[in-house]
Amino acid sequence: MRLTLPPILLYALRRLVQAVPVIVLIMIGTFLLLKLAPGDTVDALVGDMGGADANFIARLREEYGLDQPVWVQLWRYMAKLATFDFGWSFVYEQPVSTVLLDRIGVTLLLMATSLGIAFTVGVALGAIAARRAYSLTDNLISTLGLVFYATPSFFLSLMMMLLFSVKLGWLPVGGIKSIAAFYTGWDHVVDVALHLVMPTAALSLIYLSFYLRLMRSSVMEVAELDFVRTARAKGAGETRLMFHHIMRNALLPVVTLFGLQFSTVLGGSVVVETIFTLPGLGQLAYQSVVQRDMNTLMGIIFLSSVIVVAVNFLTDLLYARLDSRIELA
Amino acid sequence: MKGLLKWLGCAAFGIAALTSLPGGATAQDVQRGGTFITHMISEQRTLNPALRASTGVYNISGKIVEPLIDKSYDGYVPVLATEWSGSEDGLSITLKLREGVNWHDGKPFTCDDVAFTAMEMWKELLNYSSALQANLEGVDCPDPYTAVFNYSKPMPIELFVAAMPDLGHPVPKHLYEGTDILKNKHNTAPVGTGPFKFVEYERGQYVMAVRNDEYWRGPEYPYLDRIVWRFIKDKSAAAAALEAGEVHESGFIGVSMADIERLSNDERFDVGTRGYENNVAHSTVEFNHRNPIVADLKVRQAMYHGLDIDYAIDTIMRGFAKPGRGPIPSAGGANYTDDVPTYPYDPELAKQMLDEAGYPVKDDGFRFKLRHRPAPWGEYTQLWAEYFAQAMKEIDIDVELLTNDAPGFLNGVYRDHDFDTANGWHQFRSDPAVSTMVWLRSGQPNGTPWTNQFGWKSEEMDQMIDDAASELDPEKRADMYHAIQRKAMEELPVIFAIEHPFISVTSKKAQNHHNTPRWNSSSWYDLWLSQ
Repeated sequence: MRLTLPPILLYALRRLVQAVPVIVLIMIGTFLLLKLAPGDTVDALVGDMGGADANFIARLREEYGLDQPVWVQLWRYMAKLATFDFGWSFVYEQPVSTVLLDRIGVTLLLMATSLGIAFTVGVALGAIAARRAYSLTDNLISTLGLVFYATPSFFLSLMMMLLFSVKLGWLPVGGIKSIAAFYTGWDHVVDVALHLVMPTAALSLIYLSFYLRLMRSSVMEVAELDFVRTARAKGAGETRLMFHHIMRNALLPVVTLFGLQFSTVLGGSVVVETIFTLPGLGQLAYQSVVQRDMNTLMGIIFLSSVIVVAVNFLTDLLYARLDSRIELA
Repeated sequence: MKGLLKWLGCAAFGIAALTSLPGGATAQDVQRGGTFITHMISEQRTLNPALRASTGVYNISGKIVEPLIDKSYDGYVPVLATEWSGSEDGLSITLKLREGVNWHDGKPFTCDDVAFTAMEMWKELLNYSSALQANLEGVDCPDPYTAVFNYSKPMPIELFVAAMPDLGHPVPKHLYEGTDILKNKHNTAPVGTGPFKFVEYERGQYVMAVRNDEYWRGPEYPYLDRIVWRFIKDKSAAAAALEAGEVHESGFIGVSMADIERLSNDERFDVGTRGYENNVAHSTVEFNHRNPIVADLKVRQAMYHGLDIDYAIDTIMRGFAKPGRGPIPSAGGANYTDDVPTYPYDPELAKQMLDEAGYPVKDDGFRFKLRHRPAPWGEYTQLWAEYFAQAMKEIDIDVELLTNDAPGFLNGVYRDHDFDTANGWHQFRSDPAVSTMVWLRSGQPNGTPWTNQFGWKSEEMDQMIDDAASELDPEKRADMYHAIQRKAMEELPVIFAIEHPFISVTSKKAQNHHNTPRWNSSSWYDLWLSQ
């Protein structure tokens, strides 16, 4: 008997199988790359402590398994990873999975709100600019896009902090909640939301400018195509034309960019989380590199590669939905 | 000169504050309650001061876990130990312990806790302390409130007492006995006897402690309800948090020097070096004596003459520092002397000395090239490295800076010895025997950071260091350290170029702040906030 699955499930299954070697290769590559960096977590620890004696250092290395050859360490790590055991973080003195679970919520929240805002606002502004190409509105929107595009997020973060926290006192400087205020219920939600305003803005504006610029040129290009002229000749109104004929086609390159950029947002969140002291994966990644916390870092990379692979898969599905000429194969 | 004046100003300020203390805030003035929020740059792996000697740990744990003895501007003061004395032969030290003190979990604090911590942690596991307590044979408890430390070689009582504020924190035996000490959960959730009780450590965010209502100093202490340590990695963000009033204090130079200078002119803040007398550090120039060029004493002396220390203090440390005089800083008390040879800034003399040493300027315009590793310990050290490279260029020495992060630096210098010169800073910890002597004593195991890994060996110096460490007579001991200091300045195995304390920025709302020479590490039982 032949097992028949709906094509989309079959496709998903095949992508899943293909993802495994990709992730394994990423993990081995990163492990070796990290081992090339000078010094290990014991060196970083001793640096933090302001010195220690040789016995202390040797004992710690032995306890952490760092006295073994690199290939033994790699083998041990991969064998554990195969059972989804991320190991122990010697910096946090907790299982890595606990550390990651504690942190992933903040990062996902930050990424989702930032990308959501960037995508919707960017696409909308881009479309408006394209429809009124070379007008005052277009010039205004395009200039704004250029400014956002050219401003580094760390600079934007600090300037916002100076204006909204120090001068005006409207928003908190950093952190995820007011400490020692002990808010509960809706007060807590509002408190967290206030803490996320500036980080979200800092992270989303640069991506917003990407989508804006791409959407603008894409809409202008599609608007010139034959089928748009045909639709117009058949008497379609401007609104219908825009939403049904132009936008849907113009979105294709923007969705491609969205999929590609999902991973770079993770990178951008390192800077923003560090400046605003948000306890997310980005801040954790930075700390882990500085402290050479191999297990935590590998866990973050594993999680990130899974997210990126999953987002690529979803992007492909979305493609097929937007453009029926594309088949899932 | 400006630097010196500022320094003197700070010192005078410290003395003025000190003399006014008894007549200062009276009980009526004090406002009880409130949450004091303080800034920390980096997270801590452990909060157990009996496992890790580091100001980062004390900054938090000091409020929760108390030492046996603390240091005030009037000298050493009793905390958990009320009296201390040493035997004639120096082989035993007897401590009287405070009675009626309870751990935060309600169990009484006794000699058993001290004996357990001393033997299991101070002697075995605590950095710096394991060297100090190497000859500790055992701790006897004739009664619950008397602890007798027995040594196989004489232990000077001054050294023991000087080490206690940092290296003498007992932890509760009943929570550690029979467990894997390094993995014990109380290492990150400390239980002590201090004025504040640990509440929680949210990684990446903050640590919180609340008032201990049963504190032994009496029901009026502590004045605060709560202390929160906020971790802010970015120094500019930390300065913004101070200005926005979200943080009351940032210690250990937690904001950039530009912000420190700016905030020192802001009347909302007290900015200064008071409260760090016990945490003075040296900015150094370290040499790899395996390289024959810098192994030449004349070359090292010439390089010292090529460094304009006053200029560096003014521009890099913004005046918050003074020139170094060897391995013991001026905050080192009786063991310090300024009667040592010095090397004033004189580039012409430096050039002449280098010529005489046999290193004339070659066709490429330089005498020789040095590969220099700067330590990544923040703004001071990195700028000091850049200044060093510039100053050496003035006397025709080419310096290549090999920039690296912390593990890279520690391995490059202290394990692989892959450098010609390096710079960093090293903290002085109350007594030379437990701090800076490791920079001069040969025979340090390879790879031990902040020790003599420079390939420099002087049997005479080794002997002097060993003799001083076990000398019981304080006066003789001080003379011996003066001799060591002079010899270190003559032979320059390392240049202890600049001595600088740390700097705090504190909101003026805070009262009784920075009133001890190791304030950030102390218990803050008398700190309060005016609303």
